[in-house]
Amino acid sequence: MKRSFLLYFLITLIGILFVGRLFQLQVVRGKNYNPVKNSAVKVKFDMPERGYVYDRNGELLVANQLSYDVTIVPNEVTPLDTIEFCSLLKISKENFIKRFKKAENYAPWLESVFLKQLAKEDFAFLQEKLHKFQGFYIQKRVIRNYPIKSAANILGYINEVNELIAKKDNYYQQGELIGKAGIEAQYEKVLRGKKGKKYFRRDRFNKIKGPFKNGIYDSIAVNGKDITLTIDSKLQQYGEYLMKGKRGGIIALEPSSGEILALVTSPSYDPNMMVGRLRSPNSVKLIGDTINKPMYDRGLKGTYPPGSPFKLVNALIGLQENVIDENTHFFCNGGYRYGNRKNEFMKCHCDIYGKPIQLNSAISKSCNSYFANTYKRIIEKDKNSTNGMNNWSTHVKSFGLGNYLGYDLPEGDKGLIPNGDYYNRMYTYRWNASTNISNAIGQGEVLTTPIQLANVTAAIANRGFFYTPHVVKKIDNQAITDSSYTTPKYTTIEKKHFEPIIQGMHEVFKTGTASWVNIEGIDIVGKTGTSENFMRVGRKKIKLPDHSILVAFAPKNDPKIAVAVFIENGGFGSTVAAPITSLIIEKYLRGMISRKWIEERMLKTDLSPIYERQTIALKQIETETK
Amino acid sequence: MRQKQNNIFFGIDWLLVLFFTLLVGFGWINIYAASYTDENIQAFDFSSKYGKQLLWILFSIPLIILILFINAKFYQRFSSIFFILSLLTLIGLFIFGTEVNGARSWYRFGSVSIQPSEFAKAFTALGLAKLMSDRKYNLSILKNQIKAFIIIFLPALLIALHDPGSAIIYLAFFFVLNREGLTLAYIIFGALSIVLFIGTIIAGVKIIISLLYIIISIYIIYSIYKNKRFLKFNWIKIVGIYLFSSFFILSADYSYNNILKKHQRDRFEVILGKTSDTKQIGYNSDQSIQTISSGKFWGKGFLEGDKTQGNFVPAQDTDYIFSVVGEEWGFVGSSLVIFLFMALLYRIIYKAEKHANKFGRIYGYGVASILFFHLIVNIGMVIGLLPTVGIPLPFFSYGGSSLWGFTLLLFIFIKLDTQKSYDW
Repeated sequence: MKRSFLLYFLITLIGILFVGRLFQLQVVRGKNYNPVKNSAVKVKFDMPERGYVYDRNGELLVANQLSYDVTIVPNEVTPLDTIEFCSLLKISKENFIKRFKKAENYAPWLESVFLKQLAKEDFAFLQEKLHKFQGFYIQKRVIRNYPIKSAANILGYINEVNELIAKKDNYYQQGELIGKAGIEAQYEKVLRGKKGKKYFRRDRFNKIKGPFKNGIYDSIAVNGKDITLTIDSKLQQYGEYLMKGKRGGIIALEPSSGEILALVTSPSYDPNMMVGRLRSPNSVKLIGDTINKPMYDRGLKGTYPPGSPFKLVNALIGLQENVIDENTHFFCNGGYRYGNRKNEFMKCHCDIYGKPIQLNSAISKSCNSYFANTYKRIIEKDKNSTNGMNNWSTHVKSFGLGNYLGYDLPEGDKGLIPNGDYYNRMYTYRWNASTNISNAIGQGEVLTTPIQLANVTAAIANRGFFYTPHVVKKIDNQAITDSSYTTPKYTTIEKKHFEPIIQGMHEVFKTGTASWVNIEGIDIVGKTGTSENFMRVGRKKIKLPDHSILVAFAPKNDPKIAVAVFIENGGFGSTVAAPITSLIIEKYLRGMISRKWIEERMLKTDLSPIYERQTIALKQIETETK
Repeated sequence: MRQKQNNIFFGIDWLLVLFFTLLVGFGWINIYAASYTDENIQAFDFSSKYGKQLLWILFSIPLIILILFINAKFYQRFSSIFFILSLLTLIGLFIFGTEVNGARSWYRFGSVSIQPSEFAKAFTALGLAKLMSDRKYNLSILKNQIKAFIIIFLPALLIALHDPGSAIIYLAFFFVLNREGLTLAYIIFGALSIVLFIGTIIAGVKIIISLLYIIISIYIIYSIYKNKRFLKFNWIKIVGIYLFSSFFILSADYSYNNILKKHQRDRFEVILGKTSDTKQIGYNSDQSIQTISSGKFWGKGFLEGDKTQGNFVPAQDTDYIFSVVGEEWGFVGSSLVIFLFMALLYRIIYKAEKHANKFGRIYGYGVASILFFHLIVNIGMVIGLLPTVGIPLPFFSYGGSSLWGFTLLLFIFIKLDTQKSYDW
């Protein structure tokens, strides 16, 4: 009995070990086992159709179209007339060999794409002769199509899913399509729909042996939903048309709803460039253009000093804080002296000497001195400048400045609205209102994006509130219900303070700097601006031509449209930005242009020589500093 | 009494027969699942693997009856002849053998192939039992020990030349020797030799020798520390150990690299996972583990195993048959099979111990040891605990030779067991 112990013991030991291992595999590990994620199960996807996109008037902006890929199973290919085949596909023989080898390296027995997105005519010819070429097949694909060739910055584009995305989100398989920019990215889940899945049993040679579990795991494809945008494609196209030869942006909003009517950035590109066979050379060209940056949405991402339009915000804060009222007056004398040194003087071009200046004319003439005084009073209202600054900052931010606005496009910038701490850090507590007096006229540290400025204008048009700007009006023909777009956001300024400001803005178009582009019968209310800008190259700070800015809304008493126009290096606000604003408003409210001469003048305004000179100059300085 | 003994079923241990029947029956169900194709509309196809296996099972019944019909004493008396015949069939392979899957271990008769190594296990067990059951035989004498080793290693060597994996099984006989009084030192020595041999192949001579020296030196220093006189008496021994182990390692290395042929070396390296062919090995093992895991607790059900039906595990009807059990019958079914094997082994040992004569006991131990070793190596491989060694799972795996070989092995024991109370 003693001698038999060893074998009994070992049998028991091994038995326990094996059952334990089986427990580990089948019970512990088996718990996480997914019946359809199994090498014996093959999934075939039924691709849903991607949703269409329409503008606010029902015009089709994004549609789908069929495209044809030539695929290959290298093992099935028999000797063929290469010359004929290459001429059908319009590729060279070397290219043919290269592609064939690539497919063979991938897997000789599996189907892979040989040539992507054949032109329609080529497809027709090839289809007739395909029977001669064993092992080659045609696979239909759906690609995007943009009938109006505009609004690329809003619509965005779609990309093929790469390995990285496929790993991160298990909905996607490599090679499928995913929205990469614009609403294609923002509303990806709405537009894409839901893939249908069919599961099949297969053997290890990849041969399908029938449905898996009689299809209990299968699902049907659900097509993507259509989206209706708030964009007015006519206005959008007109804006892009006017912006030719200029860098900048036009943002048009409907103040009563926050709907974005037009979102123009210039230079831009035809969205069809990002589809089809020329897509990859095009995308290299577009992304690689670091000078014109056609893929950079200046309306959403460009941050600029807001310039004079920012005076409106300061005036409103002054009224709200009771440091000024309608009748408060200041004297100008060609500028504002904020320190005793010679250069501590802010020039002014209001040309009102020796006369008291009140709010109304301060706005229409854009008097720097008036707003410098107002700003100083706001900041110094509290004995502690930090508190005054913080109070000012809170007011400014209530206009949607200094942070992301929250619109439904995947790009943007916060801009910058400084507060007390900001200056405490910058000047280690040794500062006062005079230190940052430039904020009074929208120059100092303040930075805004054009869409933020348009939103401020909408808030003024509404006399104290705004709706978060957005581009989507309806999904699947149902008006959007997202409360962040349907509930008004109130500024910290009481309604009564807006009227005097609007009066002053009205003067701008009636008698002030923009009176030459006033439209008969439409009360335009606005403010021109000129934003100084500099560029740092190494240690040098170089003065560049001013940006031309204008914000406006119309009609005065029942605002239908609020516009912000921003022209990089366009000079005075009244020379380029004002006429464009006027044309946009007329186009939107009347649907036609009565003053062709202004339109023509704007089309002829080509700033590209300035930009070129600038680029050359910058390069020179760069090489010099090196 | 005589009359009763003429009845061939007299004294049979029906429990062993039951275990045998259950294993073969359940094995066939799994072979059916592994080789079944739904394209085949015909109800039963004798040209398929499950059809052939059923024929083998049916033909094993006359074999069993024949085994039981022969008097138990006959096995003892003629076991030497059986053993020699078995050796001849193994030698004959060098002349008449047919190569299948790179191993020349088959005789082909028309459409039927027979693998003599599957039968050699039973005959080696008989031969060993015959040798050791002699009254004058005493295992503590070195000459006798060598005789036993020759009986074990002669067939093992002949098999190893074709199929090193199958030859491993012959190590099982050390359990028999141990039962009959061989000191554990041999098993330890053998195990160490194997470890050293494998270690030399994997890590190379220099590393193993230096490693060994370090271990021995530490042991010596420790012994001196414990007992100061150690050095005085044993320094010759110590030097001897150093020299012998170095010699062993060098000769292992030499024989591996110079005596073994390339394809034999390849097989070793495949087993040891040393070659770049691990992709293939890795695939088998990986698929097998996945397949078993996917069975979960209750299994997917008969013919419902999608991996099995997709033929994902190579050799799923032969060496990897246990993966089918794992997938279709789950944890419940696969652990039941293990318990069944354990029960069979316990019963054989229990019965062997009851034998009044040495011959029956030694043979019984041989049977249990061989089955046990097969179980360890095969299931250990399928559930990913051991490297891939292609040997069948007794009674389960597809194949006539293996089924008949194990049937022969077990039923000779059952027959011997019917006359256990006689001391021949």
